[in-house]
Amino acid sequence: MIEIKELHKSYKMGANSLHVLKGLNFSIKEGELVAIMGSSGSGKSTLLNILGMLDEADSGEYTLDGVPIKNLNETKAAKYRNKFLGFVFQSFNLINYKSALENVALPLYYQKVPRKQREEKALKYLEQVGLKEWAEHLPNELSGGQKQRVAIARAMAAEPKVLLADEPTGALDSKTSYEVMDLIQKINDQGNTILVVTHEEDIAHMCKRIVHLKDGVIVEDKKVEQVRASQYV
Amino acid sequence: MRFILDRNTWQEIFGSISKNKVRTVITVIGVLWGIFIYIALSGAAKGMDNGFESMFEQIAKNSLFVWAQNTSMPYEGYKTGRPMQLKLEDATMIENRIPEVEYIAPRNVRGFFGSTPPSIGRGNKMGSYPLFGDFPAFTKIAPKKIYDGGRFINDEDIAQARKVAVIGERTQKELFDKGENPIGGFIKIDDVYFQVVGVHKFDQSGGFGGDGDIFIPFTTFRRLYNTGENVGWFSIAAYDDADVVQVEENIIDLLKNIHQVHPDDERAFGSFNLGEQFNKIVGFANGITFLSLVVGIATILAGVIGIGNILLISVKERTKELGVRRALGATPAEVRNQIILESVFLTVVAGVMGIILGAMTLAGINNLTQDIDFPYTNPTVPIPYVLGALVIMVVLGTLIGLIPAQRAVSIKPIDALREE
Ligand SMILES: Nc1ncnc2c1ncn2[C@@H]1O[C@H](COP(=O)(O)OP(=O)(O)O)[C@@H](O)[C@H]1O
Ligand SMILES: [Mg+2]
Repeated sequence: MIEIKELHKSYKMGANSLHVLKGLNFSIKEGELVAIMGSSGSGKSTLLNILGMLDEADSGEYTLDGVPIKNLNETKAAKYRNKFLGFVFQSFNLINYKSALENVALPLYYQKVPRKQREEKALKYLEQVGLKEWAEHLPNELSGGQKQRVAIARAMAAEPKVLLADEPTGALDSKTSYEVMDLIQKINDQGNTILVVTHEEDIAHMCKRIVHLKDGVIVEDKKVEQVRASQYV
Repeated sequence: MRFILDRNTWQEIFGSISKNKVRTVITVIGVLWGIFIYIALSGAAKGMDNGFESMFEQIAKNSLFVWAQNTSMPYEGYKTGRPMQLKLEDATMIENRIPEVEYIAPRNVRGFFGSTPPSIGRGNKMGSYPLFGDFPAFTKIAPKKIYDGGRFINDEDIAQARKVAVIGERTQKELFDKGENPIGGFIKIDDVYFQVVGVHKFDQSGGFGGDGDIFIPFTTFRRLYNTGENVGWFSIAAYDDADVVQVEENIIDLLKNIHQVHPDDERAFGSFNLGEQFNKIVGFANGITFLSLVVGIATILAGVIGIGNILLISVKERTKELGVRRALGATPAEVRNQIILESVFLTVVAGVMGIILGAMTLAGINNLTQDIDFPYTNPTVPIPYVLGALVIMVVLGTLIGLIPAQRAVSIKPIDALREE
């Protein structure tokens, strides 16, 4: 599903340049649940942004679902994001003046889905994350865990090929974190490909594979025995 | 184009606008105020314009009146203070010598300008009405509407000094019974019987003439009151393209010449130049219209710039939101168009509200001035002006929306989304 080869990325800062990603290689198959591990500043978000087409690598290859991702203009990148990718952010990034339902329906709007279908579909995904009753509520009426579940529903509503989650549990307490991970595992159980960026060991071990980043290189890439989050909920 | 017609687009814009109520209201008020000023002012100017128009409808716009007074300077052996008297032959001279004069109507009157009113009656009904001795040319200068079946004084009447009269509506009401046809009926003017040949219609909105005026042929008047060649005053209409001020001067100079008056004597002949007054009023109304246009446009502009500013602030506030939209698949064009459409939509909504409010205010003023004697009629802003204002607003809204829209797309989604 995802294949990267010799991915390099550096940030220019005045005369200096900070080499953040130093030749990364991996491939992720359909249905995998992968944790990108590493301490703060190790380049996890940088990698995820490149995979999410929000940023571009300096060199190397990136193929998504057989499509080489290269030299995209903003419009093309937007279309690909809409078609291929779902995003989940640490700070949820819900639109505060839109209800939970409207937030979930938003990517469908950019897919030009008619309103009725948009709402039906959005409601279906809200139901999957257990928030059907909260459909008409604004984000500030929801708890952190609920917000993140709305964000996950929003990411899934567009039926992306890959779900990219950057520290999805970073702003949550451990109990809520496990609830969110339980949800992510269930979505993965349905066959969806998911990448989770985290710096927490326990969260990483709830995935099926851990890619360990350190100083811009992959120091470890291993399959792990998945810890089910449901037992902590 | 499809984007503009798409219902989804509008739902999205309407959502974003209605969910940011305070911002929307503040924004709308600016433009609303501008268009309101524009509509109210230019409508009021138009109303005044219409008012003056209808006032002048009954009289040639290029007309002037000339009458005789006393000299104020000695000249050629004559002492100062000599009374002047206009004569019928003066009219012929003026007509022959001054080509800009289209019509000249010598007139005499009883019961007006302080002269003793004639006794006018029918049977035992009596009334007091101004009596004018006129030529047919008078109606060329101050058109009179005559009720069906009647007519004004004609050349035959003049030639034969017929005892015929054109009476006013009030005269008819007071001297004739209800339902009685006044045409062909007789009234008594200072013990002489006159046959009524017409009833003239009185126009409420105009300020010239009354509803009791009685017109008889100039020649009959002369015989009745022994006025000889004397004329009370001249009503004169110049051709439309003539310079009325110049014509007035020429006429006065000619009269001074005929009557042996010092050329610099300002008092010997009096005149009133309606054309000049009319031009002044038209100029005034035009000035007001122009002023309202300038003020209105400036206010609209200020309002639209306000919208641009607020949208710019809101784009900054919504940086994150726009980043999220981009991450979810909004193309730069979609983001840009949304902001522009928000701008245009706000402008137009504000504009339409301003137009409605302005129209309501105008209607209110119209009602208030309905009964008072103020030249103010039908204060409407012409539809093309309103449409023009709307087009200007759409264009301005688009242009001003471009700035925040460009700002919005220039922010990269990754920068918008960066976690602090
Ligand atoms: N836009 C940027 N400009 C300059 N330096 C950056 C930028 N984004 C990230 N960095 C730097 O790159 C390094 C990796 O950042 P990041 O990928 O966010 O790490 P992580 O997500 O693992 O904490 C950090 O040292 C960070 O300061
Ligand atoms: Mg990070």
